[in-house]
Amino acid sequence: MSEKIIEFENVTFAYETEEEDAPVQFPALTDVSLTINKGEFVAVLGHNGSGKSTLAKLCNAILEPTKGKVTVKGIVPDTEEKADEVRRIVGMVFQNPDNQIVATIVEDDVAFGPENLGIEPAQIRKRVDDALKSVNMYEFRHREPHKLSGGQKQRVAIAGVIAMQTECIVLDEPTAMLDPKGREEVMQTVKRLNKEMGITVVLVTHFMDEAVQADRVVVVDGGRIVMNGKPREIFSNVEKLRSFGLDVPQSTELCHVLGIKEGVLDVDECVDEIARLAGGAL
Amino acid sequence: MIRDITIGQYYPGKSVLHSLDPRVKLIVTFWLIVVIFLCKSFFSLGLIALTAVAAAALSRVPAKMILKSLKPIVIILIFTAILNIFYTQGGETYFSWWKIEITEKGVNTAIFTMIRIVSLVVISSLLTYTTTPTMLTDALERILSPLKVFKIKVHTLAMMMTLALRFIPTLIEEIDRIMNAQKARGADLETGGLVERAKALVPIFIPLMVSAFRRAYELAFAMTCRCYTGGEGRTRMKQMKIALRDIIAIIFCAAITAGVIVLNHFFDAVI
Repeated sequence: MSEKIIEFENVTFAYETEEEDAPVQFPALTDVSLTINKGEFVAVLGHNGSGKSTLAKLCNAILEPTKGKVTVKGIVPDTEEKADEVRRIVGMVFQNPDNQIVATIVEDDVAFGPENLGIEPAQIRKRVDDALKSVNMYEFRHREPHKLSGGQKQRVAIAGVIAMQTECIVLDEPTAMLDPKGREEVMQTVKRLNKEMGITVVLVTHFMDEAVQADRVVVVDGGRIVMNGKPREIFSNVEKLRSFGLDVPQSTELCHVLGIKEGVLDVDECVDEIARLAGGAL
Repeated sequence: MIRDITIGQYYPGKSVLHSLDPRVKLIVTFWLIVVIFLCKSFFSLGLIALTAVAAAALSRVPAKMILKSLKPIVIILIFTAILNIFYTQGGETYFSWWKIEITEKGVNTAIFTMIRIVSLVVISSLLTYTTTPTMLTDALERILSPLKVFKIKVHTLAMMMTLALRFIPTLIEEIDRIMNAQKARGADLETGGLVERAKALVPIFIPLMVSAFRRAYELAFAMTCRCYTGGEGRTRMKQMKIALRDIIAIIFCAAITAGVIVLNHFFDAVI
């Protein structure tokens, strides 16, 4: 087994609201155990209200578990200092790019994280330039964020985390507010981070075609982990996925309905399978 | 397009004024404004006016843009001129009718005040033309940082200013979106009296406030995630360094101040 980076041990989390003087608890996650290994690309799938965002927020100590324990590289973030240490290891990108950009100029925003870490100015400059280059936004470094497209803004937000040189990035539905082009840009960037830079990626999403690209898929439903495995294993089980209110990618569904093969993941594979069925080249 | 708005009135350029250290620019601007009010004679004021014109030329900001910054004060200029002409009396009388008397001193004071206001506006708008709002807040933070001794949270104030600037375009877009949404539901925003129009704004401002608070909440999360813990232990990517041109600018300012004091001494005071 490779090195563990994030470990959930029997984690339960409940949101508390005050109603008529008696605190009422809404459980968001119940008894979740999950290990994320170094260098992995894990997709967390689930429909709205399944607890997948809560799971993401527990990864870098934004939320504290009600019961159980979250460990990041051996650190249990039970104090403010330790939480800060965890945030130096696990960075986070949120859904709405507008609400996470701090500065009025792209490069200043990317510099925000490293500045908080107290890094030498010359070193920050280098990190910022490298981070912007790695998300293909270097030419935009002097622009104002509000003049960029959604996909570009989200890439700036990702660069902001890269510049902090965290070992792991948690992305909480980073493409939910983007158009197809923006989604594609962000997904390409995320995959490159994982494959080329070796950063561990946890991608929370409800898009099946994004989950397919991961090394491992974790399906969350009703605050529990209900499936955990390779994309091919997960998507072989169309009926089970449906019962969690989730869809499957179109090519998977086509092959499933036609009864050709289970667990087909993308269009090319689907074309190959149908061609084989037709007994010739297409 | 509403997306294309630029905050402030920065005019991108590479002139000497643009490349001055923003801290020096800020200090020099305030300094010159004080000197404007020290002027007593036409000669000393002339020196300042000349400086303003020279600085404007040096900034390479088009004259048209500088004139545009004077447009909002035209009414103030006319108003002060009229008041000065009628209320300041003394010296030779040029014109007299009924109770109205226009005198030498009145006319002089009117002209003097007008030149004074125009120089004031030109000098201060040159600061905003050649410095971005971000650079200004940065400079302000660094200039005011000695106030930390009095437990004033200078960094927090500067951060608030930066965030406010950052969210102006976002909130303008939001207002636009809410207005369209309410119009689609049949809200009438354009007709009716003052009271009705004010009432029609309520369904716009309530959603705006709600969304602004939600944004603030999310932003706080995002800032925590990026290890923001306040000004302590923070470094800055962009360092500010005093260069030779900054020192020259300060010496130049001192020379003008000296010139104004000398000219005040040797020539008659207008005010």
